[in-house]
Amino acid sequence: METAQDTIQQTEAKAETSKTLFKGTGSQVLLNGLIEEGVTTIFGYPGGAIMPIYDALYDYADKLEHILVRHEQGGIHAAQGFARASGKVGVCFATSGPGATNLVTGLADAQIDSTPLVCITGQVFAHLLGTDAFQETDVINITTPVTKWNYQVTDAKEIQEVLAKAFYIAKSGRPGPVLIDITKNAQLQLEEFPEYVKCNHIRSYRPKPKVRVEYIEQAAELINSAKKPFILFGQGVILGRAEEEFKAFINKSGIPAAWTIMGEGAIPTSHPLNVGMLGMHGNYGPNVLTNECDVLIAIGMRFDDRVTGRLDKYAKQAKVVHLDIDPAEIDKNVKAEVGVWGDCKETLPLLTNLVNENKHEDWLAKFRDYNQQEIDQVITPELYPTSDDMTMGEVLRNINEICGGDAVIVTDVGQHQMVACRYAKFNNTRSNITSGGLGTMGFGLPAAIGAKYGAPDKTVIAIIGDGGFQMTPQELGTIMQFGAAVKILILNNRFLGMVRQWQQLFHDKRYSFVNITSPDFVALAKSYYIEASKVDERANLRQALETMINHEGSYLLEVMVGRENNVFPMVPQGMSVSEIRLK
Amino acid sequence: MSTENTIEHKIDKADLDGKQEYTITVYAENRIGLLNRIAIIFSKRKINIESLNSSASEIEGIHRFNIVIQEGYEVVRKLARQIEKQIEVLKVYFNTNDEIIWQELALYKVSTDEIAEKVTVERLLRQYGASAVVIRKDYTVFAVTGHREETDALVKALEPYELIEFVRSARVAIIKDSAGFHEKLKEFEAFEPGEELVENEFLEKGEKIFTM
Repeated sequence: METAQDTIQQTEAKAETSKTLFKGTGSQVLLNGLIEEGVTTIFGYPGGAIMPIYDALYDYADKLEHILVRHEQGGIHAAQGFARASGKVGVCFATSGPGATNLVTGLADAQIDSTPLVCITGQVFAHLLGTDAFQETDVINITTPVTKWNYQVTDAKEIQEVLAKAFYIAKSGRPGPVLIDITKNAQLQLEEFPEYVKCNHIRSYRPKPKVRVEYIEQAAELINSAKKPFILFGQGVILGRAEEEFKAFINKSGIPAAWTIMGEGAIPTSHPLNVGMLGMHGNYGPNVLTNECDVLIAIGMRFDDRVTGRLDKYAKQAKVVHLDIDPAEIDKNVKAEVGVWGDCKETLPLLTNLVNENKHEDWLAKFRDYNQQEIDQVITPELYPTSDDMTMGEVLRNINEICGGDAVIVTDVGQHQMVACRYAKFNNTRSNITSGGLGTMGFGLPAAIGAKYGAPDKTVIAIIGDGGFQMTPQELGTIMQFGAAVKILILNNRFLGMVRQWQQLFHDKRYSFVNITSPDFVALAKSYYIEASKVDERANLRQALETMINHEGSYLLEVMVGRENNVFPMVPQGMSVSEIRLK
Repeated sequence: MSTENTIEHKIDKADLDGKQEYTITVYAENRIGLLNRIAIIFSKRKINIESLNSSASEIEGIHRFNIVIQEGYEVVRKLARQIEKQIEVLKVYFNTNDEIIWQELALYKVSTDEIAEKVTVERLLRQYGASAVVIRKDYTVFAVTGHREETDALVKALEPYELIEFVRSARVAIIKDSAGFHEKLKEFEAFEPGEELVENEFLEKGEKIFTM
């Protein structure tokens, strides 16, 4: 057996003459590969089958920061938060069996929200595969539907190539989660390894379709002929790093643009052509006018049912232009008149070139009219309530006033999520981090930890409901141990609010198991040595929020809000977007 | 070239929602677990696979799946795109029965005594183009290749004469209008996939678009 000292010498030797083979274990070559891929932070939890990797990690503390989470689900959500805030690939480690199965929710979340992740799981020795060994689970088959790609390594010689492919697949094209399952023998296997080579081509994989000008021309012609064009944009703009290209496109064409919650922040909230949020709890104008526009231009979004409402009454009058990097998305839910396949970083500038400069004043005025109605009937009462009960909206308004739109807002799932997406102000891209497609309660706290590592210079505020917080509260331990300066804002309405709202509106107020009690969140936080306080009257709200945001380290603030407030507007399930209700 | 045209041609003639038999041809890397990845694309949507065959293709190292389902055009197209999205899948085609040449192989085990005794059996077998694979004292195994109806018909015909065992293979199909995969593979192996790989039926219906 070689000593650690030998390994260090070999690593140094490698640095001198890059062609020298690296002699070491599969675990070491894995960690070297992570460093080559630019990884600095790993969220993980050790266990039996991944022990050789953790043993090797012991010697890499100066290059790889490992954040010990309190549950593997927390680890993967943190990796997601990291990826979403930073634009890099999130990395997490877990052991075999329960460690790996605990990743499944996060994988599904990352898959549906196109988040680039590389997850490494330990696996039992190759000779034990299929014997129902201790902590053996068929992780590859369990995770197949929720990964962009996965692979089981049983021989250390495969590790470099598989890791390089994993990073390439995770971040290229439409990003997604990748899982590598490594048997313990491969982790321990001593080999001579060649230099690490990054992957940039897989013959069976086309990350982005080649752009053909014909589609661009067809799309431009349609857009130029439109009287009432309307843009819907999603996370594709952010994932494609095409925020500037997108801005140039709308600035020239003068077309009003509305966002899905995954696309929020790609352009600033204050942009004059940003007309707001789409979907079930989106803004009034964008929903109603979806059924009035003549050309609908969808960019990097996938017509989720929460966005479209009833599909057979969705934008039937409009000709649809759909720009997407994933050919499988075009015509999946909504038939496109022109499908522009390609990376919007490439397609948008081409389209901008061909579209006419325009203002669409009358058409924009319609959005403003609807917006005024919404302001009068919904927004003002929510942001400036007159009753004693505090609203979630006024909390968001205060955050906007204090942070000016520069904070990273991480939300959990439920009413507070919809309110945060509706009212939070964003100046910067990658600032709204939420579980959009999967709607994973418990996402907020761990994702905020990851987001803080991904954007260390930003104020990161986790907005979480009393229900969602109780799904992953254990990650307070991670904050305690590693000092991630996350601001945790619990909006407590003492209900599972979104489900309660549905029960009120659609189930005759039969409140079935939505009445949730909570521990003393302040005491809970303090038991983890995290500063905390609680606000139950408006008079103290502003001061408490300022204290939280200006506090040096992590801080938990619990705000008691009205019990039975509802989120409006709302497109009831099964209804058309134009049947959106203001109350 | 031609396969794209076949898609076009289908849009015109097939009832878009009407279910019919489609044969999906998948060219893919030969990798453990890929079959599962493909199969769950169907099971996720609760679509039954009628027949599935996995074999070598004309190119060494490239695998070819034939999958038969009963579905409408729209559904099949979405499935094809989801399959093609899988990392190790190179290309997916889907065709109606008139666009492919296809065969299934069926084996029939019949009592040798029955054949010896009854002339009709022998005539039947000849009529269906069956060939003897094994002849033993106790039983004989015949093989028939053909379409489903043909192999089914012989099962029915043999029912009165002690059909001991019957089994039928999955469908294998060749697309009439295909030039094979050699040229396509070269494009895939090239660093930047060429334009040929970007098939988009929108391009072919330009005249239908600008009607505003």
